Formats: sequence, C-alpha cells, structure tokens
Amino acid sequence: MRRIVIIGAGQAGLQLAESLRKGGHDGELYLIGDERWPPYQRPPLSKKYLAEDFADARLFFRPLEHYTRLNVDLRLATRATAIERAAQRVALANGESLGYDGLALTTGTRVRPLPVPGAAHPAVHYLRGLDDAQALKQRLAGARRVVVIGGGFIGLEVAATARHADCEVHVVEALDRLMARVMPPVVSDFFATLHRAHGTQLHLGAQVAAIEPAADGSVEVRLGDGSGLPADLVVAGIGVLPNQELAVAAGLACDNGIVVDEYARTSDPLIVAAGDCTVHRNLRYELPHRLESVQNAVDQAKVAAASLLGQAQPYADLPWFWSDQYEVKLQIAGLSAGHDSHVLRGEPSAAGFSVYYFRQGRLIAVDSLNRPAEHMLARRLLSGGTHVLPAQAADPAFDLKALLVAT
Amino acid sequence: MPKVTFIDAAGSSRVINIPAGWSLMEGAVQNDVTGIAAECGGGCACATCHVFVAPEWIGKLPEKSPAENDLLECTAVSRTPASRLSCQIPMSDALDGLVVHLPERQT
Ligand SMILES: Cc1cc2nc3c(=O)[nH]c(=O)nc-3n(C[C@H](O)[C@H](O)[C@H](O)COP(=O)(O)OP(=O)(O)OC[C@H]3O[C@@H](n4cnc5c(N)ncnc54)[C@H](O)[C@@H]3O)c2cc1C
Ligand code: FES
Repeated sequence: MRRIVIIGAGQAGLQLAESLRKGGHDGELYLIGDERWPPYQRPPLSKKYLAEDFADARLFFRPLEHYTRLNVDLRLATRATAIERAAQRVALANGESLGYDGLALTTGTRVRPLPVPGAAHPAVHYLRGLDDAQALKQRLAGARRVVVIGGGFIGLEVAATARHADCEVHVVEALDRLMARVMPPVVSDFFATLHRAHGTQLHLGAQVAAIEPAADGSVEVRLGDGSGLPADLVVAGIGVLPNQELAVAAGLACDNGIVVDEYARTSDPLIVAAGDCTVHRNLRYELPHRLESVQNAVDQAKVAAASLLGQAQPYADLPWFWSDQYEVKLQIAGLSAGHDSHVLRGEPSAAGFSVYYFRQGRLIAVDSLNRPAEHMLARRLLSGGTHVLPAQAADPAFDLKALLVAT
Repeated sequence: MPKVTFIDAAGSSRVINIPAGWSLMEGAVQNDVTGIAAECGGGCACATCHVFVAPEWIGKLPEKSPAENDLLECTAVSRTPASRLSCQIPMSDALDGLVVHLPERQT
C-alpha cells in the first residue's frame, strides 16, 4: 500500500500508525488530528492532571521527534471534513485533499451536551480533551461549590478530585445508583458509601431541570423537585457520542458508532476503524458493543493495522479498564453485561474485594476493588478460558491461581 | 535535573535528563526512549513500562507499593528482583545517575 491516512490523532490513531510501521508499511503515512496537541493520554485528565500541578507535556504519548523518526506526517489542528470513497480521497478543512490507498478512522467520541435550559453558562464544564481539562482546572482553582452532573466514572473521579481540593461537592445522578450502566448494586453502594464518607453529597434518582445564572457569575443547578444547588462550577459527565458523522456522510454503516467486523473493517474494504468511535465485534462476545477504554483503543488499533497490511487477525483480546476514586482503584476484567449470576470474593470494604460474574456457569468478568493482584489473575483466568466455579470464586481460602496451573 | 541512563536489550545506552517530580516513565516517553510502551499512561494498570534497575540502584529507589509488586507478575518479560514499573518511580535529585535496563519487549 502506498499511502495510508489515519483520521483522529488520539490513542488509537497513534497505535495504528506505530503498528503499521512495525508491520512493515513503508509507504506514506498521514495522521490527521483536529486538536492542537499531539496524541496524549486522557485518563490522567480526570485524575492526576486535575489534582496536581502537572505539566501538559507529561500527557503526550511521544515527543514530536518521534513522528519524524517514524516518518509519520502528523497534522495537528487539522480537521478532516469529508471522505470521498469513490475517488479514495479525504478532504481537510484547510482545503487540502489527500488521496489514500488505505484509510483508518480513529475519531473517538465527544461529550454529550447537557440538554437543559441555561447549560451554555460559562460555569458549566465538560471533560474530554486537554483543552477542557485546562479550562476545568482553572475554574476549579477558584471554586468553592462544585456540582457534578452524572455519576459515571469520569464524574466521580472529578468529584473525588474536587473534594481533595476542599470544595463542597454534590453529585446529581438520574438513576438510583452510581455507575449503574456497568456496575452491580453492591459495587455502586460501596462507592456511594465511599463518596459520602469523604463528604460528597449524592443526589440519586434526581433530574437536573435547568442551570440558572446567579448574580456573581455562579449558578444555581435547579433539580426536578424544585430544589436548587448553588455552584461556582458545574461539571457535566453524562456520557459521550461517537464521532461517526464523517463515516455516515460517506455511506459507511453506523449504529451508535462506526460498525466494524472482528477485523476492524468497516463496510468499505479499504477503510478500517478502531477505538472509542467503533461498534465492534470481539470474538469473545456474542453481541457487538462500543467500548471507551485504553485497552480497546490499543488492541483494536493493532487489529486494524494488521487488516490494512493484509495480515488480518481477528479481535479477541480481553477487555479491561480501571478507575481511581479516592484511595480505591477499581479494575475491571472482561465484560459483565449479560451475566446471570455473580458472587463476591471478600467483604465489601476498602481493604478490597472482587465480584465474579458468570453466564451459564462460565466466568465472564471480574471487578476488583483494591485487589490489583486478583485483577491480573482474573485477566489470566479469563483470557485462557479457565473454568472457575462460583463456589471457588466465593471462597477466599480457595487458591484461584492453582486453577491456572492446572489447565 | 537528574540524569538517567537507559540501556536497551541490545546494549545501546542513552542518557536523559528528567525533571524532578516526573515519573521515570514520563521522562523516557518524552525523550522517545523506545522500549517503554506505557499503555495506561502511568495508571499502574498495564505493566508495559517495565524496567530492570541496575543492582547498585535497587536499594536506593522508593519502595514498591503492593499494587506495583502485584502488577510486576504480569510483565511481558518475566520479572527479576531488579524489576520495577517505571511509572511508579518519581524522579528526584537523589536519583541523579540512575541506570536502568529495558526488557526486550513490553507486550
Ligand atoms: C477524562 C477521561 C478519563 C478516562 N479514564 C480512563 C481510564 O481510567 N481507563 C481507561 O481505560 N480509559 C479511560 N478513558 C477513556 C480513554 O481515554 C479512551 O477510551 C481513549 O482515549 C480512546 O482513544 P481513541 O483514539 O479511540 O479516541 P480519542 O483519544 O478521543 O482520539 C480521537 C481523536 O480524533 C480527533 N478527531 C475526531 N474527528 C476528527 C476529524 N474529523 N478530523 C481530525 N481529527 C478528528 C479527536 O479530536 C481526538 O483527538 C478516559 C477518558 C477520559 C476523557
Ligand atoms: S504505564 Fe501502565 S503500569 Fe506503568
């Protein structure tokens, strides 16, 4: 292949570029990103970056020389505006048009805007990129009262950081428990207790009706029941939308994400996609799904690169994820969606415990809290398809590692 | 700024200045030291920032956390007593002159 163009210079885009070079692509390689920053780490944005004095440069995956060394034409602050599939060209916002022999879409997601009156107020912030994080950090420095809308991973990480900065913090969540989309009640309850113990007020099952401006530049977050929460800073973390518009306009199959098969191929054989923007198949799971994780960005990008190089290998890596809130590290191995039973290993406490999920008697996922060794063991058990009985998982005295050796 | 020598699996070495307060991993990555993947960006969650610390430096580094110790079980190249995760080593002037070896691979 002579020229490969990658649209989206994030974690998946960078991995694709590196894997293409490693896999032998010696033709031209373009990495097009609409942000002004070279590819950078997002996870620290809601964690260390927000909490500490943390130089932006520490977030960058690679220095600029790296791209020169790999002979990657990195275009920053450059937006791709259209894909012309018949002509095999990508149009850029600066008027340029790039022909391609292979194309990769790694456009990620963007935040879902808060759909209530007054949400455009400058006190309302979101967190997806470094620009957002800089603005949020600046506003946080002068804030005393913070309202986080959305009790998901990012909202809760921000809430923990804001408490750390001694702000008064409220979390408003529409559902009746935290992280409800991906966590069982026992884990939600554990985190609710943790956040309350640190002085955060949780408003579960509460709707935000409006953001009302107050006299001094602050706002009042009006809840559905009519009550109001005064805030100097509002952080909305209510989910993301896949950046699929380019693909939709080009006629590629999309369904809440760019649809790809287990080889990361879109409905056009010359175009692959990877990372947060995809709805994909993983050989481990029956249903296609969209994942927002470092693991998926990295592993799926490797699959996509191999497909472009004609060395197709199916995507079958085990999903994993982590979230840091206060002194608790939550680590997830596998996907628990579709489980029909679960057991606890250890009692819910900050000292650590895990939840093992089963489907038709087969272990499909493990959530570990402050149990990093168990998380890593779970990854090995799940990757290898080791048979674990619920009773074995639930018995802290039973040595799960022994099962690994046995198979 | 503390200086660190990175020696890759083939034996070639590079000396790099890393600002105090940064992690060893961040210093390596920002200087394009190949051989450190750091997929999780210092989250102590991926074990792809593995280094072998030169014998004379092992005892001078800050202690491993239990999490780091556990994660070291999962490195691509098996751990030795010299193994550390470079994202868990904050640089300080006391580490000026540190020497670390890079494993052959991280994934
Ligand atoms: C605050 C925060 C905390 C997180 N914490 C964790 C965590 O603890 N653990 C974990 O596993 N994951 C975490 N994640 C998720 C993880 O960062 C993402 O899954 C990962 O960054 C996805 O990589 P990506 O390359 O698919 O998308 P992105 O990193 O979003 O990159 C996509 C890039 O494409 C650009 N782009 C889009 N459209 C165009 C266009 N038309 N032209 C040019 N460029 C375009 C975007 O601007 C963006 O720069 C977190 C994310 C955030 C925001
Ligand atoms: S960078 Fe992931 S564990 Fe060090």
